[in-house]
Amino acid sequence: MRKSNGMAMTSLDLRHSSFITRWYLWGPTALVVLGVVVPLGYLVVRAFGAEAGELADLVLRTRNLRLLGNTLGLAAAVLALTTAISLPLAWLVTRTDVWGQRFVTLLGVLPLAVPGYVMAYALLATAGPNGTLASLTGLVIPRPHGFVGAWLALSLYTFPYLFLNLRAALLGLDPALEESARSLGASRQEVRWRVVLPHLRPAFLAGGLLIVLHVLGDFGVVSLMRFETFSYAIYLQYAASYDRVYAAWLALMLLGLTGALLWGEARLLRGRLFHRAGGGMARHRQRSALGAWQGPALGFAGGVGFLSVGLPLVTVLYWLGRSTERGGHLLEALWDSASASAGAAVLAAALAVPIAYLGVRRASKRTRVLERIAYLGYATPPLAFALALVFFSLRAMPWAYQTLGLLIVAYALHFLAEALGPVRSALYQAPPQVQEAARSLGHSPLRAFFAATFPLLRRGLVVSMAFVFLSALKELPITFLLSPLGFESLAMRMWGAASESLFSVAAPYALALILTSTVLVGLLLQRDGQRDP
Amino acid sequence: MPLLTVSCLSKRFADGALPVVNGLSFEVEEGETFALLGPSGCGKTTALRCIAGFEQPDSGTVSLGGQMFTGGGTLVPPERRGIGFVFQDYALFPHLSVRDNVLFGLGSLPKRERGDRADEVLRLVGLGGFEARKPHALSGGQQQRVALARAMAPRPRLLLLDEPFSNLDALLRQEMRERVRDLLKREGMTALLVTHDQEEALSFADRVAVMQNGRIDQTGTPEEIYATPRTLFVAQFLGRTNLLLTQADGEEADTVLGRLRLNRAVHGSVLLSIRPEHLALAATPDNAASLEGTILGREYRGHDITYRVQLGGIDCLVHTDNRTRFGPGDTVWVRALEPAVVLERVGEVTP
Repeated sequence: MRKSNGMAMTSLDLRHSSFITRWYLWGPTALVVLGVVVPLGYLVVRAFGAEAGELADLVLRTRNLRLLGNTLGLAAAVLALTTAISLPLAWLVTRTDVWGQRFVTLLGVLPLAVPGYVMAYALLATAGPNGTLASLTGLVIPRPHGFVGAWLALSLYTFPYLFLNLRAALLGLDPALEESARSLGASRQEVRWRVVLPHLRPAFLAGGLLIVLHVLGDFGVVSLMRFETFSYAIYLQYAASYDRVYAAWLALMLLGLTGALLWGEARLLRGRLFHRAGGGMARHRQRSALGAWQGPALGFAGGVGFLSVGLPLVTVLYWLGRSTERGGHLLEALWDSASASAGAAVLAAALAVPIAYLGVRRASKRTRVLERIAYLGYATPPLAFALALVFFSLRAMPWAYQTLGLLIVAYALHFLAEALGPVRSALYQAPPQVQEAARSLGHSPLRAFFAATFPLLRRGLVVSMAFVFLSALKELPITFLLSPLGFESLAMRMWGAASESLFSVAAPYALALILTSTVLVGLLLQRDGQRDP
Repeated sequence: MPLLTVSCLSKRFADGALPVVNGLSFEVEEGETFALLGPSGCGKTTALRCIAGFEQPDSGTVSLGGQMFTGGGTLVPPERRGIGFVFQDYALFPHLSVRDNVLFGLGSLPKRERGDRADEVLRLVGLGGFEARKPHALSGGQQQRVALARAMAPRPRLLLLDEPFSNLDALLRQEMRERVRDLLKREGMTALLVTHDQEEALSFADRVAVMQNGRIDQTGTPEEIYATPRTLFVAQFLGRTNLLLTQADGEEADTVLGRLRLNRAVHGSVLLSIRPEHLALAATPDNAASLEGTILGREYRGHDITYRVQLGGIDCLVHTDNRTRFGPGDTVWVRALEPAVVLERVGEVTP
């Protein structure tokens, strides 16, 4: 079994055990670190490249304050409206005997299948003198735009993030806690305020964070509604004028805002993660009878469902009937979208395996930093990320600028976090001893991994790739800034038509996007179902 | 020359933490079955993993058949050690059939010999006919035998077993212990077993090393370590015992059990151990060495009985067969059947 003698192996073995010779570990690590950190760093360099006087002018413009006000105001308003929708809905499906509980739950999830810009498109195409409503019923309502338009569209498609978190928290709350509070003399109402609500706080923070990150990073909705937030301003600055330094500053400000948000969230969550003590299944919970309130409750759920899912579907189908598209452009766009997304899916999965492996099997401070960097790429607003990559590629590797390769790398780095999740959980389920057994049976580390551990990751990898594929398919701002000449994805064509109010032209692309997103939601739900049996 | 030599092995998992393995040294002879016995957390599994090459010790050496595996700048990776490993939870490859699991380590054999060897080993462990099954379709005992077959198939020079019987129920455990021991002996396999179960170590191994806090307290045959424990820890870990603190004067000492013979000559204050089954009970004084006591409690355990007897101001335990009929309050006469064992005081060096 062993052929070489001890001394000859010495140097070889030491080399083998070190990280440096394991290209399959340091290669992906280097790509992720360089791909995320260096462009963001270059953004800073670029921003500070201006002269002192100009710098002061850029940073102290009153426009920045207005953008900050707009962005924060929009985020706060969306958070308020999504809470007003999600909390009652989550309560209805977990604590009451509302009819069609499963269907109502589905209504709270399905809006995820409608990309934000499709939702904005639906609102725009419904209202106004030429809108669906006017031509079907003659009723003309003013077209939503600016703050109100962005607020409605963003709220209607992001509220499921909060709904899902609140629902999980309500389901996970041990009934014994509420029962012991009652036995200690608290009324039903008091229990709600003193026991249930405090326990919902982590879920509210987690869901709310996702929603605010979406608002900060959103480009599709605010651009269609023409409401100037940081993201939209970055795009205008980049596309319309050539003041790249100011664009870099805006991106930095947006990054700073995101960073402050994440930091604040971490501080708020510290020590507030409540766990149910003791294992086992929670007992079945008593649901309160709605009685006469059944009607209004269903009306509320139905209204939310109609606005967030029904309206986009009806709008798309209505305008599809008026479309002259015969399939040619749609196929071209599908091909463009699919080729870039498929590349991104494969690359992201290939990066996710070694990074998840290091994080799970070699947990240390360094590997935690590595995973944080992967999440940093995800949390970075897409426009800021894309802009950083544009600046960096123009400076360091101009040959890569506006190539399909760079677009794929950008997608993969941005959506890496989505690929990491399923691979990580698959790795946690695969016992490390299996790989050690393969080592003791004579296989090198890499071969042992592929022979023993990799087969157990296959399912997770498929899910990872599906997530990244579908997310990249819907992606708009990164595609705008980094796509090769002549490349036009589904999202780009749909946005282009919608921004010129060519609603029937946009319809087929919108439908294709809704359908692919529905698959993504199906996947999410399946994983969710697996996690809490 | 011993097959396996472990010398001054030390390992700590975090800087500043207490070492899990602390200067561990022992040798295993060719063809021997050796057990590392100790409570959980004593470092025995970590030591085993250092020998297999899964962990890198901070210091110390491991060598097999004269070849240095760990130490002196060398670190041979596990796949080049030629050591078989049977994991506590077996770690069978769930996606491979029983036969493919066994074939996994046979890559270095010529192709036609691989299948023959796999079938041979599966027959050896009594799993002929189960080749096509997947691991999840096997019982715990069968999975354990697949793990054993897989580890033995490449004919390793040393087989390491990490608590291999702990996941089996009591009846099956006893049966598997006997079968595996027979198999190892028949194949002339050198094996190193790690366990926290003293009964398992005593019945399975040719020699046992009792570990505490990352180092060995005593090494010897099962009879040696049970009958003449070197330290208080070994005496108590291998079973119940009576401890007597007294003054010795040479071969004998005065104790609450009367004047006892000692296993070695010693002077001054000593701690003695005498096992409950080395004491006998009688309803009448049968000779001068007997002492009168009172039964405090009776623990009936099927094939034997343990009595708690008050005697000269202390409680002591006495094991009898299951035919004695004493009850609490009865007056009995206690007599020592064997010499008491002098335990080393902490820090005392073995002669």
